Amino acid sequence: MTTTPRNVVAIENLEVSFSTDAGAIKAVDRVSLSVAAGEVLAIVGESGSGKTVTAKSILGLLPETATARGAIVLSSRDGSSGNDVVSLSKKQLRGIRGSDVSMVFQEPSTALNPVYTVGWQIAEGLRAHGTYTRAEAKAKAIEILGRVGIPDPETRVNHYPHQFSGGQKQRVVIAQALVLDPGLIVADEPTTALDVTVQAEILDLLRRCRDEFGAAIVLITHNMGVVADLADRVAVMYQGRVVEEASAVSLFANPQNDYTKKLLASVPHIGQGALQTAARASGRADAWENAAPVVVAKGLRIEYPGRFGRGGFVAVDGVDFEIRAGEVLGLVGESGSGKTTIGRAIGGLTTVTGGSLSVLDHEMNGIRERTFKKVRSDIGFVFQDPASSFNPLLTIADCVAEPLVIHGRAENPRAARARVDELLEAVQLPKSYGDRFPHELSGGQRQRASLARAIALEPSLLIADEPTSALDVSVQARVLELFAELQREFGFAALFISHDLAVVDLLADRIAVLYKGKLVEEGTGAEVLGAPQHPYTRRLLASLPVPDPIEQASRREALRALRATEA
Amino acid sequence: MKRSLFSRLPVVHQLRQSVGLQRGMLVVGLVITAVFVICALFAQLIAPYGFSQLRDANGQFGAQQAPSAEHIWGTTVSGYDVFSRVIWGAQTALEVMVVAVILSIFVGVFLGLVSGYFGGWLDRILVVLADAIYAFPSLLLAIVMSIVISGGQSNLYGGILAAAISITVVYIPQYFRVIRSETVRIKGGAFVESAKVIGASNTRIMVRHVLRNSTRTLPLIFTLNASEAVLTLAGLGFLGFGIEPTAAAEWGFDLNKSLSDVTSGIWWTAVFPGLAIVLSVLGVTLVGESLNDLADPRLRGRRAVAAAAGDVAATSVVPGGTLEAGPGGLAGLEGGGDFDDSGTRVHTDRSTS
Repeated sequence: MTTTPRNVVAIENLEVSFSTDAGAIKAVDRVSLSVAAGEVLAIVGESGSGKTVTAKSILGLLPETATARGAIVLSSRDGSSGNDVVSLSKKQLRGIRGSDVSMVFQEPSTALNPVYTVGWQIAEGLRAHGTYTRAEAKAKAIEILGRVGIPDPETRVNHYPHQFSGGQKQRVVIAQALVLDPGLIVADEPTTALDVTVQAEILDLLRRCRDEFGAAIVLITHNMGVVADLADRVAVMYQGRVVEEASAVSLFANPQNDYTKKLLASVPHIGQGALQTAARASGRADAWENAAPVVVAKGLRIEYPGRFGRGGFVAVDGVDFEIRAGEVLGLVGESGSGKTTIGRAIGGLTTVTGGSLSVLDHEMNGIRERTFKKVRSDIGFVFQDPASSFNPLLTIADCVAEPLVIHGRAENPRAARARVDELLEAVQLPKSYGDRFPHELSGGQRQRASLARAIALEPSLLIADEPTSALDVSVQARVLELFAELQREFGFAALFISHDLAVVDLLADRIAVLYKGKLVEEGTGAEVLGAPQHPYTRRLLASLPVPDPIEQASRREALRALRATEA
Repeated sequence: MKRSLFSRLPVVHQLRQSVGLQRGMLVVGLVITAVFVICALFAQLIAPYGFSQLRDANGQFGAQQAPSAEHIWGTTVSGYDVFSRVIWGAQTALEVMVVAVILSIFVGVFLGLVSGYFGGWLDRILVVLADAIYAFPSLLLAIVMSIVISGGQSNLYGGILAAAISITVVYIPQYFRVIRSETVRIKGGAFVESAKVIGASNTRIMVRHVLRNSTRTLPLIFTLNASEAVLTLAGLGFLGFGIEPTAAAEWGFDLNKSLSDVTSGIWWTAVFPGLAIVLSVLGVTLVGESLNDLADPRLRGRRAVAAAAGDVAATSVVPGGTLEAGPGGLAGLEGGGDFDDSGTRVHTDRSTS
């Protein structure tokens, strides 16, 4: 790590405006930032705060509709030359991209071209900046793949992107960024698309980029845990401006700006939910435990049919659980663990192929849609993506009235309006929002409307499939609070699906952990999170970064020790 | 961001939205199309003579007369007035366009919707059929159809229907494919699933949720197909499968008859019907292409903004999520400002995140 205080990049009074249909929109407003050599600067903020635009302008990667003003002085690695990126020509920009500054993208599966080998794609950067023979380029690619932790790089260099896992793909993308040894790496949400356990590994790798390769990193993220884990210095952006800039330790310990304080307060922590769970448990009647459960799964198996001549894919394999009336079961797992499939099976969207799943006393294995239709009025469903779960051509009131009309509680959407207004008030949206179209609402407001639609028929079971994963932290906090309130008020049983342990901990009475289609652990929040039994749960818990740099450093060591014992 | 009803009308809205070259193309296309439609609707008033008129009070027109005060574009080899034939021809062309598009659009959209929504064996059979029709040369198909329908005779309605139905056969697969692919895409959307979870019937989902969302590209195919319909009609007429001159005026037929004139220096019989075909196709195509470009936020041109212009876009949220107007609330960017009419998100600073 270099100790010189030299700046790799210095942004001064950067302003970026976009031309849109609604006129000019300013995305970045007089931002000044600098990154010293070998330093990790995290830019945090919620969607629309201008963090991505700021970072992309360092590489001159703004779309044609944008105009930038200000100065971004980028030095080469040895400090011999500096360029103002804003005023560079396209050709000059190509010269500095890759060699002075490079980028790591959010989604590794789309950042790599599927028809070329990863070796070719790494060598592409080399060829753009100098003459290498085929053998030299390949040797460099193998070397860099080895250094980013791809096992057996000599053979892997000839593999195509689809032959790598998500985490490995992100390693390849990082290798691509490192191969020309740039002084600065811009990482745009590098771990957002990855699972928590993989995220921890990629964060380790990025730390090594700084320590071993000596690269400075601009890290863009909305995840405060990731910031605490990796960043040396943090800049908080809000509405196109930097509202606070401080070292990571002092920002988390002592935030100055009001916005930063609110942002930090809305990050869910593990262990927050214990009190609420206890309060709910004590409020229940004595015979509650013996009442008939709403959902019972016994040896539940769901298999997706494979292509002709190939076996199917088993998404859920022999899972047992039950949800009692008025109880919230949190289902946690990584992508591909089968958690969404279970939710869809309960909602009748996916056919059960084996075992038994009983929903509200109806056996789902082999059920016919006609028989199940009546049951549907007793099930509410909240989808993950609030942007697509509403018909864009119908008003919110029409959308919320849909279940009422279909199940004959109202003639038409207009007749249901009074009830719709009540529902909107229940989810704390003003009545007048009923006349708006879905795209006129923000993500959080849409998700609230989605909750209103789900509870319209006062169901006894609600399935929430990652309802907050598409939302910003502060909005997430608000929606989770609302969910808890509604659950208290209406008393429905719920299956709450999430990949985020902290979110599930806030809401759930019991937590079930899924791993590769199997249920590995189930119990109350205190049991599962306090004393995890299964090694996977332990790793999952240890991988979750906490928004506190000092605590996170010790957790990191614990995770390393855990991995060492497993290996 | 409430706009008046007038400015939200389909073409008017696009016209206001467009800038620069795209606007120029759209305006030119609209003007040509308007002239074409006016000629077709008011042919009786505009054309000095009937389409099959050979004589007036002064006696016979005479064949192959050069342009003069009585016959501003001259007369044809059969002795018809060229100007009147071109104007009346617009009427025939418009009739064929309307009939062909109406016939194909309903069948195509219905089949596409059913096929895309239900899938399965019906879908496979329909897709194979549509592909087979695609593989067939469309003009040949049109010729066969016109013989089958009119049996070689050609009166006005027989001719128009023959042309329209033969075009229909070729176009149904196009509407079918577009609607089917849109349906397949929309079927996977969360709002269709949420309707399913609520318990909506298949018909309700198809009509209320899928159909209305899948018709967005129809105006584009509509205009492009209309121009192709004119070409097919002219092609049929040119090859002698069109409408007799006594039944209706038809540009392709006139072109056919003027073939021998061209070599003998009689230019007016070929140039004007030819120009009419070219211009009507060009006009409708320009409208279609411009609508296509304007519908796509990535292809749509915009005025450049001055450096550091505009207001700061509100973040999508503020802590706690606001209910009232204010930054991040209703008056902010999320108030619909960064969405175009079709609900597509247009350039904001989170285009990658």
